[in-house]
Parts: sequence; structure tokens; C-alpha cells
Amino acid sequence: MCVVVLGRCAEWLLPSSNRLLIPLFVEPVSAGFPSPAQDYVEQTLDLNDLCIQHPAATFFVRVQGDSMIDAGIYPNDVLVVDRALDAGHGDIVIASVNGEFTVKELALRPRLRLLAHNAAYAPIEVVAETELELFGVVTNVVRTLQRKSPQGSA
Amino acid sequence: MKPVIALVDCNNFYASCEKLFRPDLKHKPLIVLSNNDGCVVARSREAKALGIKMGVPVFQVRGLIREQGIAVFSSNYALYADMSSRVMGVLEMLAPEVEIYSIDEAFLELTGVSHAVNLTDFGTQVRATVGQWTGIAVCVGIAPTKTLAKLANHAAKQYPATRGVVDLTDPERQRRLMALLPVSEVWGIGRRLTLRLNQLGIKTALDLAQTEPHWIQKEFSIVVARTVRELNGESCLELESVAPPKKQIVCSRSFGERIMDKHAMRGAIGQYTARAGEKLRHEKQVAKRITVFIRTSLFNAAEPSYGNTVTSELLRHTSDTRDLLAQSHRLLDSIWRDGYRYAKAGIMLSDFCSEAQGQRGLFDGIESRPHSPGLMKIIDQINQQKRGLVFLAGQGIKKEWSMRRDYLSPGYTTHWQDLPRVI
Repeated sequence: MCVVVLGRCAEWLLPSSNRLLIPLFVEPVSAGFPSPAQDYVEQTLDLNDLCIQHPAATFFVRVQGDSMIDAGIYPNDVLVVDRALDAGHGDIVIASVNGEFTVKELALRPRLRLLAHNAAYAPIEVVAETELELFGVVTNVVRTLQRKSPQGSA
Repeated sequence: MKPVIALVDCNNFYASCEKLFRPDLKHKPLIVLSNNDGCVVARSREAKALGIKMGVPVFQVRGLIREQGIAVFSSNYALYADMSSRVMGVLEMLAPEVEIYSIDEAFLELTGVSHAVNLTDFGTQVRATVGQWTGIAVCVGIAPTKTLAKLANHAAKQYPATRGVVDLTDPERQRRLMALLPVSEVWGIGRRLTLRLNQLGIKTALDLAQTEPHWIQKEFSIVVARTVRELNGESCLELESVAPPKKQIVCSRSFGERIMDKHAMRGAIGQYTARAGEKLRHEKQVAKRITVFIRTSLFNAAEPSYGNTVTSELLRHTSDTRDLLAQSHRLLDSIWRDGYRYAKAGIMLSDFCSEAQGQRGLFDGIESRPHSPGLMKIIDQINQQKRGLVFLAGQGIKKEWSMRRDYLSPGYTTHWQDLPRVI
């Protein structure tokens, strides 16, 4: 696996003002002459920019089941949902089916269906009696990783 | 250029917010209750159809709630405020200028827009975009004045054939609509004015529009005369993008449990006083007058009833919670009677001037307290993080009288642990 350092990290997801800034130093620390690159100041990165295109239309939901684990969506994940986007074939969406919110892949071809990403779950066939309403398109998955050794002793 | 103003109003706003996160209640009747779960303050379309009236005390409709399986919610202010700011955010994206008139209403400045697009199409687009982005249904009324835009919006809500959008820029259409609407539907015409107007034979909005503004000003007031002008398409009320400073601040609430103990009442009054002081400082104002009131329930004829209100002038303009608290407790002492089951209490601050203007009296010997602004600022800052973190002992420590919210929905958009669940 390859990790690319993007730059400094500033605001966390919450748009709260007094957050701790944790600068991430891209430049190696060196004693002696200052690096000429230090004059080149970049904007700090805001995770909101990465995850949220339309703040007024963006909602968060929490995953409860395991029907989408093969799409990388696990129980307890927080999903970023954008209602401003028009849902298309193949989008992961939040829909209410007969009065219950569910996360599934939207299939428009060959017919309207909601597909799970877990072999244990059958597709939801949308028939005349099905009450289906799309809530929004899932754009991001936020997962807090559980550390095995909380103290970092490993 | 002829002015064009749109009023965008959310349909059954509180009820719509609750329904958005409860798809299982989509077609069910739903009501939202006021502070302390006292009265019905919002009704879904289905609940209105069952004949539940706005403002009715909840105990009067308990039977109906049970029989019809009506979903009941306490007011979830955090949710409504969040959804409101989303709706307003979308409107600000769509229109050049927006005046947020209330939590669920906004005026849009559309002067000039009519040259570029058909106004009905524009209204339809506003409705569709707000609906898709936020899930809240709105109606749009478009007219040359605010008062007519209000009427247009009323028509958009009333008549399904309009599909939620009414363009009332055409004078002939204005007349036709006004002839249909009772004068009580006109913005600013309350119950008492309606009564007097009706006595003079002014029954419909059109009747009012056809009166002579000078005569109206003589008989009623300049405000009503302005309404007449507005009904005739003459714009008198500009869009106010910035809210004017408040003239008074009221903090009052019904209690979850009746209060009989004076000590508990002192706590409640103290709490309201502290909150009012905080609001006052937020407005950068100082107050000279303070009013305290207490009363028993209005709805229980079986119990002895008592209510009283007292107002006094403070020695000087102040926004220091300590001054306000001392005075509100003195006032409470003067109206308190033992032996009643109190249901509601409140305080009001009035007679404001700006912090800069507030001078102390010449001979009163009451020096303003040293470091008062600094101390209050620190208290406000700390309490901004979490309400009630710091308080004066006089505010009371045990809050047995705090608000009752038995049917509160989760903070779907305001608390991480309350996010809607998806399977």
C-alpha cells in the first residue's frame, strides 16, 4: 500500500471553530539553513472540502447492517449523503423502502432494483406495491478504525 | 423597474422536519407540541384533515390521538433550526437577496429576475430545488409587494391546482384573489382589526384594498394605511436583510411539574433572568425595566387560580446578571402567594438602550460594578460551550421545574450518536 502525504490538516469534519490544529510537517526537519521551500505556504486542508460538495443538502447516516460489506460499507460506518445529486444507475443510495431507510446500489437497468453487496442478501425488487423514495446519494464513507493496542505499545 | 418580491414558506415546517427522518410516518397524521408538551404548534396535512386545530391544548385531543394513532412529538428546536438554515442556505443560492423572516419563511428580492425568466417557472424551480436538497416542501408566492406576496403564498398553499406556486404580479389576478379572501387573511390584520373592519362593511381583502388610505390612516393607523397601499401594489415594506434591534426580551415557560415551593420558583425566575441577561448582552443592549409574572394553570377550573405581574425600574441601565437577578427576586417576593400550584412564570426586560448610551445616574450612588462587562463576557463564553456550565447561586441548582419533553425525537442532524440508522 502506498500513502501520499497531501499536506497540512486543519479542520476536522465538524465545522466548529476552536479545534486543535495539528500541523503535519511535509518538510523534513533540519538544523542549519532554512529550506527555500518554507516560503511556499499552502492552504491548510479541510476535510469538509473533500467530503461535502453541497453543505445545505448533506446529511450523515449511520450503517446498521452488513448488506453492503462487499462495497466496503460496514456496520457503524457514517455515510455522507448528498441530496443535491441526481441518483443514477450504479450509485450507492439511501432509500426508504416501505417506511425503512436502507443503503443499497441503485440499479435502473434492466429494471428498477436495489442491490445489496453481500451474497446473503437478495436484491430488492421494486414492484407496484413497493413504496420507494430516494433520500440521497452516498458520496463518502467515514469509518473510525478500532485500534487493537490503544496505548500504541504493539 | 417594477419591484418583484417572493415569499417562500415551508409547509407544516416542524411536522415536515419530523417526517423527513421517519419514512414510516410518511402518510400518518403527526403533531408537534409546544414547550412542555402543552399545546399543538404544528400539524401534518393528515392531522389537519382530522380537525386538530392550531394551538389546542394537547389534553383536549388525547382521545383523538389514541383513536387515530396520531404520532406526537415534542419540539426539537435543534433539528428545526438546522433544517431552517439548510432551507435558507438553498434560497440564498437561488436568489440575489434574501430576508429571513422567521424560522420557516423568507422573502426573496426578484426585481429584475422577471426579465430573464418566467416568474412561475422560477418559483417552480425554487420549490423543486429546496425539496430535493432539504426534503422540505415549500410554497412560493410572487408579487410586487410583501403584503401581496403573503396573499399569493396563502393561495399557493390553499389551492392544490397552483402546484405550490402563485405569480400575483398581474393586477387583474390580484383583484380576483383578493375578492375571494377574507380581510383577516391580510398580513398584519389581526382579530381585533378584523372585527372593526367588518363593522365598517370591509369584509374581503379587496374591500380593504379599495378603501381610501388617508381615511384609513385617520380611522385606524399609518400601519393599516400602508397595508392598503401594499395591497394596491405600491411597495412600502423593503426587504430587511439585517434584523432590527430587539425592543424587549421575554423568557418564560410553562413548568413540567407544577411549582408550589417558593424556593423552586426563585430558581426558575433566576434561570430565566440569567438567560434574558445573556440575550440582552448578545444584542449589545442594556435594560432599565424588568417585569416578572407568575400564574397558575389556565386550563384547570377545579384548582384555585392566581396570577400576577409586576414591573419596576432598575436604578440604572444594566445588563449585569447580578443586578437583574437581585431585582427579579425582589419582584417575585412582592407577588408570591403561598398555596397555589403555579404552572407558568417568566420575566421580561424592556426600555433598552445601547451599551454605549447607558449612563449611570448622577446621584444614585450606585457605581456600576467594576469589571462587570468582563465577568459577563466570560460567563457567556463558557456557557456557549454548554448551557448552564456556570451560573449564579440565585439561579437555583436543582432544576425540578425544567421543561418537559416526553416525545422528543433524536438530534438526527445535530448529534453524532443520533444519526438516522440505515440497514
